[in-house]
Amino acid sequence: MLSTTLVISVAFSYLLLLFAIAYSADRAASKGRSWINNPWVYALSMAVYCTAWTYFGSVGRAANSGVWFLPIYLGPTLAMILGWLVIRKIIRIAKTYHITSIADFIASRYGKSQRLAQLVTIITLIGIIPYVALQLKAIANGYQLLTTSLNSSPLRSAHWWQDSTFYLALLLAGFTIIFGARHLDSNERHEGMVAAIAFESIIKIIAFIVVGIFVTYYLFNGFGDIFKKAQALNILQGLFNFNTATNPLAHIQWFSLVFLSMLSVILLPRQFQVMVVESTDEHHLKRAVWVFPLYLLIINIFVLPIALAGLLTFGLGQGNPDQFVLSLPLHSGHEWIALIVFIGGFSAATGMVIVEATAVSTMVCNDLIMPWLLKSSTFGLHKRNNLTRLLLWIRRVAILVLLLLGYSYFKLAGDAYALVSIGLISFAAVAQFAPAFFGGMYWKGGTERGAWGGLLIGFAMWVYTLMLPSLAKSGWVSTSFITSGPLGIEWLKPEQFLGLTGLDNLTHALFWSLWLNTAVYVGLSLWQRPSAREASQALLFVDVFKRKPHAAPVFWQGQANAQDLINLLERFLGVARSRSSLKAYAARYHLTLDSLTADAQLVHFVETQLAGAIGSASARTMIASVVQEEPLELEDVMRILEEASQLRAYSKALEEKSLSLEKATAELRTANEQLKSLDRLKDDFMSSVTHELRTPLTSIRALTELMLDDPQMEWEQREQFMGIILSEAERLGRLVNQVLDMAKIEGGHAEWHTTDVDMKAIINQAATSMSASFKEKGVLLQLAMPDTVMILKADADRLLQVMLNLLSNALKFVPAQTGLVTVTLSDDPTGITVAVQDNGMGIAPEQQALVFEKFRQVNVGTQQGTGLGLPISRQIIEHFGGRMGLRSELGQGACFSFFLPRI
Amino acid sequence: MLKKGLLAQRLVGWFLLAVSLLNFPLLLLWDHNVTLWGIPIFPLGLFIVWTLLILGLVWIIERTPDEE
Repeated sequence: MLSTTLVISVAFSYLLLLFAIAYSADRAASKGRSWINNPWVYALSMAVYCTAWTYFGSVGRAANSGVWFLPIYLGPTLAMILGWLVIRKIIRIAKTYHITSIADFIASRYGKSQRLAQLVTIITLIGIIPYVALQLKAIANGYQLLTTSLNSSPLRSAHWWQDSTFYLALLLAGFTIIFGARHLDSNERHEGMVAAIAFESIIKIIAFIVVGIFVTYYLFNGFGDIFKKAQALNILQGLFNFNTATNPLAHIQWFSLVFLSMLSVILLPRQFQVMVVESTDEHHLKRAVWVFPLYLLIINIFVLPIALAGLLTFGLGQGNPDQFVLSLPLHSGHEWIALIVFIGGFSAATGMVIVEATAVSTMVCNDLIMPWLLKSSTFGLHKRNNLTRLLLWIRRVAILVLLLLGYSYFKLAGDAYALVSIGLISFAAVAQFAPAFFGGMYWKGGTERGAWGGLLIGFAMWVYTLMLPSLAKSGWVSTSFITSGPLGIEWLKPEQFLGLTGLDNLTHALFWSLWLNTAVYVGLSLWQRPSAREASQALLFVDVFKRKPHAAPVFWQGQANAQDLINLLERFLGVARSRSSLKAYAARYHLTLDSLTADAQLVHFVETQLAGAIGSASARTMIASVVQEEPLELEDVMRILEEASQLRAYSKALEEKSLSLEKATAELRTANEQLKSLDRLKDDFMSSVTHELRTPLTSIRALTELMLDDPQMEWEQREQFMGIILSEAERLGRLVNQVLDMAKIEGGHAEWHTTDVDMKAIINQAATSMSASFKEKGVLLQLAMPDTVMILKADADRLLQVMLNLLSNALKFVPAQTGLVTVTLSDDPTGITVAVQDNGMGIAPEQQALVFEKFRQVNVGTQQGTGLGLPISRQIIEHFGGRMGLRSELGQGACFSFFLPRI
Repeated sequence: MLKKGLLAQRLVGWFLLAVSLLNFPLLLLWDHNVTLWGIPIFPLGLFIVWTLLILGLVWIIERTPDEE
């Protein structure tokens, strides 16, 4: 038993921490650094799906019926598999048309129908209030269990003002008001709230894992141990199979639970709020669709062990299974663990209440109260200039009232049946939205009449077959109408409607309500053609991916005054906010605020902005009150659509044309660049050639002049000079030949005499002709060749030229007397490889790429070459489809090699 | 259908597989009073299928290039 002060102060500190997180997130967002703009936070915020009903109730469900707690989590996994397709479409529609609640979504789709929005809101309210009550009850029960000894009978406080749950409800209302309705946002986004919810999701999963590990591995010896003990006591009997003998329709029940939770994970107001309204970027969905199911999987791993451990510890039928997570650690005297568990459950409950209250308050304000206020003249709304404060106050009061209603329900229902089974009953209520919601997203034929009729009959059937019986079982209504039918009419029995027996209550109710709902929706939709407004909204919703947001056609015609529209916007959004959004609008069409024309586009823009603040149906009414509209006929819708698609085709053609122009320009530019660089290369080549020619010419001329000027010159001196002149003349000749050669090869005019070539013979021939030079410098030439090599098709003279060039190059760079040049010849089926390795100084890495360029001589001191040998050699090798390369390191010698393929 | 893109088709395919694996009659494959590693095979099988479905989804959504 823990002291009440301790539990209350821990819970209160937790709320303060939540407050601090939400506050900091809001601060960060106002500075432009969004905390929630990432897929992980988005996925965690989706986990608001796991409420106290999950946290405490899953174990209870597992203890009573084994695996039957699982369908509630398998359904969302299925929904998330299609999430990237379906939820993304919902997000896109909601963001494009500033839709901020599920009521608004359905109403907007069916021609912005006011009565549809009201009906959806009322269904939500009736379905959700007990669910909120359930959360308060979970906290209250947990608190009671922690602070009273296990065996004492629960005490109920006599008066509401002595009840801590009442103050908790007020506290939660305050928190929700601060973060859910502090300021008006035209997109209804709440950074702080989402950050707090994501944090709560982390807390509740950690707390649940802590108690799971504690029970499974501390109180027991792991999964196997618990299951073995349970088996020994025969507890497992009937928990882990479907018992189709006793319940022949178990598989239908299983399917309906999976199906129901699959719909609920999208249609519950809090899920719609966090997944759609609070979405910052639809791409976050890509990560969230698998993180969220993973979260559900992890939080469920320990459910069965805890349930069985509870049954083993307290005995079958003893103790409240819904409280096992708390009573197990308490029973073994680990009160701190119990406190952690309580905080986890507290976070699950508060998270649900905060988001649900925010979402429902938006719906109540926009769809129930505003339309009524706008219609009635007693409040003089038409005279008020700024309505933003009024809007906020309506929402704040709605939040408070919702929490108080939840509290009252909790006080009235207490431990009654109505509260225990309420989770699934709430799911079944919001599932009634499914036909109108999904039908509206994918079927253009659905009409307002059909959606209205379907929702009404579905809701009525839900009340009759599920809600009323649950109230009767709580003792509020006489149960006689369940057992013998209303007024004794047997076939109207709510749990065996029209004599349908065999199904459990939930499946029975779900079948009748959804079947009639869908049938009426489709039937009435097909009864009459959709009106122009319905048809136009259907087009905008169903085809939302076909157009860019600002390219959608605008279905409106009439006369309007720009100033009237601006005034209207300022009344509901405030001057500053409407100014800035109008400025953004004007900028998009290259206009200024003063030059705005009141065309259909502007009317549509103002209406969309208003819809974000007061809902699309109210926005429609307000717009209609300040403009002169011409009624839209179905033909007008078709005409506007036609025009829009023509415009689209036209702009597409333009886009294509400009694209192809751009492409042509780019091609021309690269061609030009190529030409320029070729020109530069030619210039470089010319200047290099002249430079190379001038050096030998200068020395020939200087020596000749010397000899002419001095007739008395010694013969030996003269002979030496003439020797230099001869070698310089030879160099000149070689240079000219090589330049010509190069030009021929590059120009494609070279003559090639392709014959059968034996590479071995060529290497031998080159070695022989170079042997004198090698001997003279004292350099050793080694040949390493196999006995036979394949015969190639090539030009023998050219290859000899390449070999001579490589050998003389190597000779130039090796040291005299100690030099060593090795020629290696090898072949494989693809071709032959020749490598010439020297032991000279090597070539630095940065120069290696340069040696194959024309006139680039690697700096080797006195040694002179033409700088054309290697480029020519490479051209020759490449002509025969081979490649030439160099491998070298400074000080390690160089190895030139080439590969010639077999042709 | 070809225009719809590979990602959408893979997701729809995976969804149909998941629905069939988590419902009758394929669920009956696990519905036996047998234990594996000391754990009844029915909940164990459900958790294994569930894990595989999520892993497959991760692979599909993170690895398929989106044409949009």
